[in-house]
Amino acid sequence: MSVIYILWLREVKKYLRSRTQVIASLGSPIMYLGVLGFGLGPIFRKAGEGSYLQFMAPGVICMTILFTSMFSGIALLWDRQFGFLKETLVAPVPRTWIMIGRTLGGATVAMCQGLLIFIVSFIAGFRPNSVAVIPLAILFMALVAIVFAALGTVIGSSLKDMQGFQLVMNFMVMPIFFLSGALYPLTNLPKVLALLTRIDPLTYGVDGMRTALINVTHFGLAADAIVLFGVAIVLMGAGAWRFSKIEI
Amino acid sequence: MLTQPREGGDHYLLFPAAHISGALLTFSAEYSQYVFRDFPQIRSDMIRVTNLVKRFGELAAVDNISFEVERGEIFAFLGPNGAGKTTTIKMLTTLLKPTSGSLELDGLDPTVKRDEVRKRFGVVFQDPSLDQDLTAWENMEIHGVLYGVPRKERHERATTLLQLFELFDRRDALVKTFSGGMRRRLEIARGLLHTPKVLFLDEPTLGLDPQSRNQMWTHVKSLNETDNVTVFLTTHYMDEADRVASRIAVIDHGRVVAIGSSRELKEQTKTESLEDAFLALTGTTIRDESADSADAMRQIARMWRK
Repeated sequence: MSVIYILWLREVKKYLRSRTQVIASLGSPIMYLGVLGFGLGPIFRKAGEGSYLQFMAPGVICMTILFTSMFSGIALLWDRQFGFLKETLVAPVPRTWIMIGRTLGGATVAMCQGLLIFIVSFIAGFRPNSVAVIPLAILFMALVAIVFAALGTVIGSSLKDMQGFQLVMNFMVMPIFFLSGALYPLTNLPKVLALLTRIDPLTYGVDGMRTALINVTHFGLAADAIVLFGVAIVLMGAGAWRFSKIEI
Repeated sequence: MLTQPREGGDHYLLFPAAHISGALLTFSAEYSQYVFRDFPQIRSDMIRVTNLVKRFGELAAVDNISFEVERGEIFAFLGPNGAGKTTTIKMLTTLLKPTSGSLELDGLDPTVKRDEVRKRFGVVFQDPSLDQDLTAWENMEIHGVLYGVPRKERHERATTLLQLFELFDRRDALVKTFSGGMRRRLEIARGLLHTPKVLFLDEPTLGLDPQSRNQMWTHVKSLNETDNVTVFLTTHYMDEADRVASRIAVIDHGRVVAIGSSRELKEQTKTESLEDAFLALTGTTIRDESADSADAMRQIARMWRK
């Protein structure tokens, strides 16, 4: 337990110390909220869908969590490069614990970022239905964070060097975001796109958040939670397995 | 694990029961596999490497080496750059899987009983393995927790070691603000935080000033003498090997060229100093690890592996 805790603490401490990074990573979500939120707002309203800012804020919070948690998983590559990974790999504790500590640490950091964006979107004018739904939203944020921190660990454990990183960003993280329905409603999509959005785990995160916060749903709260929970378990298992196979 | 006595099996005679009677001897031989599984400390070799091979693609970084390190001994691996020293240590410390051959550490196979083996050794790596975004103290702290050192002992030992290596005043500074020598010292202090059965030191003194080198070896020797820690080290400094190691293996191109005490090596090569003996054994050509074509190949092989 103390092993998981200390590795979790390591991630959190590093996060709290990198203020510039925190601020920098808030840049793109704020752009999405400000520019897209207000820019596409009038058209969205004309289409009879209500406020676009209300609609997309849960999506942008999920996006922030997606980016931060994937990034924290892939940060394994930095640890590999700068050597700290070795220190943990030879430690006399099951690698699964190490992986769990790291992943939960990364997920926690991602949640903090998500909460920051939540506050930013609140300032921008986003209003959840009531204060009472916030714990439920936080639960979904946690699930999304764990799913993608684990996915990041799977990828980080499988890559040998930084060269693959851009590949992952462009062909994995971006599609996951764009296919998640964070920016558009899932109704009346072309068949292929509809199928792809259903494969994307983030879709269920965005839908769950939206259901919790503004009571607009596509799959229903229970379905969202079950899918995310299942994917989280599968990816944590895969992450633990990949992590145990690392050779340096 | 050994299932039957083979060459070198005379170590088993250390098992006291073997001396009692012939009948009991047969008995103990027959059941030795069980006995030694339960009491691996009875065997006298701490490390046993047999026909070890590690290939990266076409290149054999470690090419069929065999050696034993006795319990409580200080054993040095001496070899030019790229000779296979680090690769061997990585295999013994469960970071790499051998291509073929067998490994044993305290009677356990590092490729199978990984967690058990990891409990038994400590290691100071050749290249940095500190977290630069944490403080010196935090690095020590993580290490102590990973190795299950109880809190009180952890703090006491961390304090002593940081003082010994003159880092205590900087304990709350981030490692990235440290100089190269300070990082190296911290790395060593951290490696000594828990008391392992075997301590691997992969060129630990690289980039250290003579004072720190002296401190380190004094400390390592005392660990060896008081806690009976087996030490497996690699170094470029002949005088260090000469001074601390009871036995030295000279390794070159992934093969063990010679093995023995410093005196034996000198006798064998009819030379005056260990340095001359080393040069006589490995030749005078310079191997530059990073510019080496073999190393470049290893890099490529590594990239395409899986």
